[in-house]
Amino acid sequence: MNQKIILYLCLLAFGIAAPFLFPAFKLQISIMWILVVLSLTWDVQGGQMGYNTFGNIMFFGLGMYICSSFQIGLFFPLAEWTASGGEKTFVHTPTQFFQGFFIGLILAAIIPAIVAAIIGYGILGLRGHYFAICTLGLGIAAGEFAGGIELVGAGQGMTSPPWPKGIGDTELRSEFFYYICFLLMVFTFLFLRWAYSTRFGLVLNAIRDNEDKAEAMGINTMRYKITGWVVSAFFVGMAGGLMGNMIGYIEPVETAFAGRTFGVFMVLMAILGGKGTLWGPVIGAIAFHIFKEGFWTFFLGWQYVALGALIVVVVIFFPEGIMGWLREKYPERFGEIIDEEDRKAQVELK
Amino acid sequence: MRPVLSVEQVYKYFGGVRANENISMQVEQGSIVGLIGPNGSGKTTLFNSIVGTHPIDKGSIKFENKEVSTLPIPVIAKLGLLRTFQQTRIYGKLNCIDNMRISAKPAKDNLFSVFSTIPVELSDKAENLLNFVGLYQKRKLRAGDLSFGQQKLLELAMALMNEPKMLLLDEPTAGINPTLINGIIDRLIKVNKEFGITLLVIEHNMRVIMSLAQKIFCLAHGELIAEGAPEKIKNDKRVINAYLGAQ
Amino acid sequence: MDLLIFQIPILMVQASLDGILLGTLFALIAYGMALQWGVMNIINIAQGELVILGGYIAYFMYVAGIHPAFGVIVSPIIMYFIGWSLYKTIIFRVVDRDLFISILATFGISILTQQLMNFIFGSDVVVAQSNFGTTFLFNYMVTLPNAKIFAAAISIIFAVLLVLYMRRSKLGRAIRATAQNARAAKILGVDTESVYAATFGINAALCGVAGSLIAITFTLHPYVGLPYTVRSFMIVIVAGLGNLPGVALSGMGLGVFEEFSDYIFGTEFRIAAVFLLLVLILVYRRFKLSRKREYLK
Repeated sequence: MNQKIILYLCLLAFGIAAPFLFPAFKLQISIMWILVVLSLTWDVQGGQMGYNTFGNIMFFGLGMYICSSFQIGLFFPLAEWTASGGEKTFVHTPTQFFQGFFIGLILAAIIPAIVAAIIGYGILGLRGHYFAICTLGLGIAAGEFAGGIELVGAGQGMTSPPWPKGIGDTELRSEFFYYICFLLMVFTFLFLRWAYSTRFGLVLNAIRDNEDKAEAMGINTMRYKITGWVVSAFFVGMAGGLMGNMIGYIEPVETAFAGRTFGVFMVLMAILGGKGTLWGPVIGAIAFHIFKEGFWTFFLGWQYVALGALIVVVVIFFPEGIMGWLREKYPERFGEIIDEEDRKAQVELK
Repeated sequence: MRPVLSVEQVYKYFGGVRANENISMQVEQGSIVGLIGPNGSGKTTLFNSIVGTHPIDKGSIKFENKEVSTLPIPVIAKLGLLRTFQQTRIYGKLNCIDNMRISAKPAKDNLFSVFSTIPVELSDKAENLLNFVGLYQKRKLRAGDLSFGQQKLLELAMALMNEPKMLLLDEPTAGINPTLINGIIDRLIKVNKEFGITLLVIEHNMRVIMSLAQKIFCLAHGELIAEGAPEKIKNDKRVINAYLGAQ
Repeated sequence: MDLLIFQIPILMVQASLDGILLGTLFALIAYGMALQWGVMNIINIAQGELVILGGYIAYFMYVAGIHPAFGVIVSPIIMYFIGWSLYKTIIFRVVDRDLFISILATFGISILTQQLMNFIFGSDVVVAQSNFGTTFLFNYMVTLPNAKIFAAAISIIFAVLLVLYMRRSKLGRAIRATAQNARAAKILGVDTESVYAATFGINAALCGVAGSLIAITFTLHPYVGLPYTVRSFMIVIVAGLGNLPGVALSGMGLGVFEEFSDYIFGTEFRIAAVFLLLVLILVYRRFKLSRKREYLK
C-alpha cells in the first residue's frame, strides 16, 4: 500500500516539475495529458463496458467549438470574429480572457455531457456492429455539419482567442495551459479510479461480460450506460475546449472532429495499454505519445500508414495490451494468486 | 394458499410456429412446481414470456396480482421474479465473488445510487452463499474458467444473492456431475423451505423433478396437456404418450 | 415563382433518375457487404476503401491511355486477388474471434488503405473521363450522362451474373452452405477457409467493379471511402441479409434520398445527410425492436 502512495507522489511530482525539467517540451507534454484523458475516457466505453465507440471524438470537437465560441461570444460578436479570421480588431483584456476561458471550459464540459445524455438513450440501445458503425457515423456527421455552419467559420474554421497582452510572454501561456491540462488529467484519473471502485464500475464490467444477464438480474443497464457516456463526454469535452485554446486554431475535420487523428489515437492508445484496466490507457497514451513524438519523423510521410498497420497488429496480436501482458506474466502483482488446489478442487455438496 | 404467479391463457407465436397456446397455470406461494415436456414443447418460451424476454401475443401473466406481461426485463426482475438460463449466463471475466456482489439488490436504486459503494458485508454474504452451493474454494477464480456445471451452480448462487420471491430454474441439474444431483435437490428444497423462495423448475431428469416438485405441469407441442401431483403425472397416459411418442 | 413551380417537377424527375442510377451502384457494393457479412459474420469497415482502390485501378488505366470502361473487367480481377490476400494475411485471424477484434481490425485496415492510397496516389480529387456523352430527355430538360446509365447497366449485369454463379456453381453452393451453418459445412467436407477467402475476394471484386464505375461517373479521393461503407451498411440493414431485391430497392431509395437532400440542403451537407440518415435508421430500428423487447445485435 505504501509503495502505491510513493508511486503516486512520484508521478505527481513529475507532473508538477515537468515544465521546468523539459521546458522545450511543454506543449508536447500538455498534449500527452490530453491524450491520457482521451484514452481513459474511451476506455469507459471500449474497455470497461465493451462498447466500441468511434464517436467520442464528437464530444471533443463539440467542446472545442463551444469553449471558443463562448470565450469570444461573451464579449464580442462571434460572427464578425470568425468572418475577420480573429483579426486584431477584437482583443480580450486579461480579465475577459480568463473569465471567458473558465466559463467556456465549464460549458465545454457540461454541454457535451447533456448531449450525451440526450442521444445516449437512442444510441446506447444498439449493440455490437450497430453501435460501432452508428458512433462512427455520428463523429463524421458532426464534423461535416460543423463544416457547414457559417457562424463558426464553416470549412475554414475559426481562431480561438489569443493570449491577452500585458501578462507575461508565451512561456507563461504554455505553463498556464500545461497545468490546466495536468489538472484535468489528474482529476479524470482520480474520478474514474473512484468510480470504478463503486457499483458503477462493477455494473459496467457486468454489461461487458453479459448484458442480457445483467438485465435479467434486475440491473437497469441503460442508466449505467448513459452515465458512463455522460462521464466520458464531460471530460472529453473539457479536453477539447483546452486543446482548442492551446493550438489556437479550430478546423472542423482536422482538429475538432479529428476522426483521423485523435479519434483513432484514443482507440489505439487504450488497446495498446490494455483496455478494461485503470492504468492501461494511461500507459498506452504515454507510450504512444512518446513513440509518436520520438519516431514520427523517421517515417517520412508514412506515419499514418504505420498508424493503420499498428492498429491491425495490436488488435490482432496484442488485444490485451501492455497491462494484459503484465497481468499474464505477473499475476501475483494484480492480486490474482490462484491456489492450484482451489482450482482443481472438486465441488462437493454434502 | 394464494397464487404468486398466475399465467392465464397465454399465446405465443413465432411466425407460423405455435410456441405456446392457451397456457394457464397457477403457482402457489412457497411451493415447488415442475414444468416438464419433450424438447421443443415450449417450456423455455413460457419462461421467456414470464420474465419479459419477449412480449406475448395474447393472455395475461400476473406476478403477485400485478400484470407483468408488458413490463421490461429489469423491472420484472426487480419485483422479485428471477430466472436462470439453460445455457449458463455469468460474467465470465469477473471472479466469482464479484459475480455475486453485482447480483445483490442495491439498497437504493435510483440515478444517484449509480456511484454508490458496494457494502463490505456483501462479500461475507457472497462467501456464505458460494459455500452453500459448494463453490467456496473457487471464489477467487474467474467465472469464465469454471466448468459448465460449476457455472450452473454459480448462477443459482447469484440468483439467491438477489433474494428473489420466486425463482424460475431452467434445467438446474443439466450438465452437472451425477454425484452432485442429490446435493442439488437437497439445496433446492432448503432454498424453498428456509429462504421461502417459490420455485418453478424446468427439468428433464424425472427422478429429480418427481422428488422435488409438489405439483407438475406438462407441456407438449406448446399446449398444456396435464397438471397435478407427481404421482398423477407419472401415470398420466397423455404425458407418457408425449414422451414416448405414441400415436 | 412561376419559374420555380415550372421547375420542380423536372427537378424531381432529374433527381429521381440520378438517384436510381446512383443507387444501383450503391446496391452493388451493399451486395458484396451482405455476402461477406452473411458468410463470415464480419462487418468490413474497409469496404469503402476497397471501392476507392478499385476506382484508382480504372483511373490509372485511363492515365495510361486505355479507356476506363475496361476497368470493370480489369479492376475486379486485381481486386479479387487483393481481397483474397487480405483474407489470407489479416482477416482469417479475426473471423472466429469476438466482435471487438473484427471491428477494430477492419477499421485499422481502412485507415491503412486510406493512408496508403493518399501516399501513393496523392490527395488530389481525380476523375477518369469516359467521353460517353449525355442523353437528353423531355426536350433537353433532363440530362443524363451516358456514363451513369452505363454504370447502372454494368452493376445490374454483374449482380445478375453473381446471383447465377451463386446458384449454379460448386463454389457458390459451398458459400451458401457455409453461410447457413459453417460448422455443419465443415463437417460435410466444405473447406470453409477457402470459402471464406473466396467470399472476401468476390466481395473485393464487386467493390472493384463499383469503384471503376465510380471513377468514370463521379470522383475519386483517398478519403471518401467511409461513406461507401456506411451506405452499404445502411442498405444491408434496411433490406436484411440475403434479400437481394431488397438490397437493390433500398440502394435506389438511398440514391434518390441523396439526390433530393442535395437539392434541399445543398451539396455540402450530402455526407452529413448520409451519416445522419444512418443514425436515424439505426435508432428507429432500435426503438421498433425494443417495443418487441428485442435487441439490434
